[in-house]
Amino acid sequence: MSAVQVATTFETVRTPDPASRPVKIHAAKVKVTYGQKEALHGVSIDIPEKAVTAFIGPSGCGKSTFLRCINRMNDTIAGARVEGTIKLDERDIYDPDLDVVELRARVGMVFQKPNPFPKSIFDNVAYGPRIHGLARSKADLEEIVVTSLQKASLFNEVKDRLNEPGTGLSGGQQQRLCIARAIAVSPEVILMDEPCSALDPIATAKVEELIDELRANFTIVIVTHSMQQAARVSQRTAFFHLGHLIEEGPTDHLFTNPLEQRTQDYITGRFG
Amino acid sequence: MEHTVSAYDDDLKAIARLVTEIGGLAERAVGDSVAALTRLDLALAQRVIAGDKELDRLQHEIEEKAILVIARRQPMANDLREIVGAMRIANDIERVGDLAKNIAKRVVAINGVFPHKQLITGVEHLCEIALQQLKRVLDAYASQDDQAAGSVRQRDDEIDALYTSLFRELLTYMMEDPRNLTFCIHLLFCAKNIERIGDHATNIAESVHYMVTGRSYEEERPKADASIASTIAGS
Repeated sequence: MSAVQVATTFETVRTPDPASRPVKIHAAKVKVTYGQKEALHGVSIDIPEKAVTAFIGPSGCGKSTFLRCINRMNDTIAGARVEGTIKLDERDIYDPDLDVVELRARVGMVFQKPNPFPKSIFDNVAYGPRIHGLARSKADLEEIVVTSLQKASLFNEVKDRLNEPGTGLSGGQQQRLCIARAIAVSPEVILMDEPCSALDPIATAKVEELIDELRANFTIVIVTHSMQQAARVSQRTAFFHLGHLIEEGPTDHLFTNPLEQRTQDYITGRFG
Repeated sequence: MEHTVSAYDDDLKAIARLVTEIGGLAERAVGDSVAALTRLDLALAQRVIAGDKELDRLQHEIEEKAILVIARRQPMANDLREIVGAMRIANDIERVGDLAKNIAKRVVAINGVFPHKQLITGVEHLCEIALQQLKRVLDAYASQDDQAAGSVRQRDDEIDALYTSLFRELLTYMMEDPRNLTFCIHLLFCAKNIERIGDHATNIAESVHYMVTGRSYEEERPKADASIASTIAGS
C-alpha cells in the first residue's frame, strides 16, 4: 500500500489562518531517506512565528523525522539523507556554509524523556550559555540561569538547591529544567518531541501552561501523540501519515472540522 | 469506519437511538394534542400532558450520556459534532413536547366553550405542515441528510405565512363578537405554539447541517411572519 502512495503525486490539504502570521520556518519538498527507505516523501509547510505548531500522526508517520530536520538532528544519524529546502528566516539551513552549532543554538530541542546532564541544576542551565560564550561575567551567567529557570516556571521550586544534581528532581521538574536549558541560549525556535509523554497529568499541565507562555517569545513546534494536547496547546496542527503531510490548518478547525477523511479517521480514533 | 474502541461506537449509537425515540414521542404528542383540540377530546389531552414527563426524562438521559461520552472519550471532529448536535436536538425536541403539552392544557381550559369548527380547521392545517416538517427533519437527522435538512429550513416561511393569515382571521372573529374572545385567544396561543414547533424544526435542521458539514448556515433564514406588523396596522 505504501509503495502505491509513494508513486502518486500528493497534495497536502491546507487551511490558512484567519489572520496570517509571519513565517518563521519554510519547508519545501523535504524528503528524508534512511538507507534505502524513504521515510518522508516530500513535505512542504510554513511554520508561523511566535505560535505553537503541533505535529500529530500515528507512530512511524514521519512527524519526528521531520521535526529533527529543522535543527539538522538527522545529520547525526548514519545513512540519513535529507533533500528539499528548509529555510529559517529565509536562510537555507542546509547551506554548507551554515554553522550547525549556531543553528542548534537558534533552534533548541526538548526530548520525550527528560535528559538533564549529571550536573547541578545551575550547571545544567549554565552549560549552553557557557559554551556559546553568552555570558561575560559570573553575574551575567547567574542572571541568565535565574531568568531561564523563571521562564520555565521552575525557579521558585529549585531556588534553594541550585547546586543539587538536576537528576534528583521529579520527572516534571526535570522536563522543565530541560526547557530552561533550551531557552538559556535564547533560541528563536524550540522543538519539542513528545515533551509530556513521560509526565503525570499535573506535570503535563504545568509544561502545557509553560508552552502557552513561551509562545509569546518563541516559535514552538511540538510533536505529540496526545490529540487533546495538540488541541490544547497549539494554534496550528499538521497531520502526518505514512510519510506524507496529509492536512495542516488552524487547530480549532482541524479538530472540529477536518477536511481530509484520513485526518478525521485518525483524530476520532478510527485508525486500523 | 468504526472506532478502534468499539464501546465508543455503542455509546454514539445509543445516543442517536434515544434522539430518534424522543423525536418520535414528540411527533406523537404534537399530533395528539391537535387531535384533542379538534375533537375536544379531554382524555387524549390528559394523556398528552402526562406523557410530557417521559420526554423530559429522555432529554435528561441524552444529556447525561452525551456528557459522559465527552468526559470519557474526548470526542473530536465529526464525533464531537454528532454529540453536540444530539444535545441541541434533544433540547429542541423537549421544547416541542412542552408546546404540545401547552396545547393539551388549553384543550382542557376551553372545555365547554362552543367551538368554531372552521377556526380549528386553520389550526389543523398549520399543524399538518409543522408535523411534516418535524417528521422530515427527524428523518434528515436519522439519515444525516444535509439536503433534506436544508429543504425543511426553506419551508419554514410557509408556516410563518399561514400563522400570519390565521392570526388575522382570529382577529376578525374577535372584533366581530367579544363572546369569541376566550376561545379565539386559546386558539391563537395554540397556533403560536405550532408556529414555534416549526421554529424548533428549523433549529434541528440547522443542527443537522452543522453535524454533517461542520458549518453553520451563513445567510439568514427566510422570514415571513408579518403578524407583528399587522398588529400595529390593526391598532
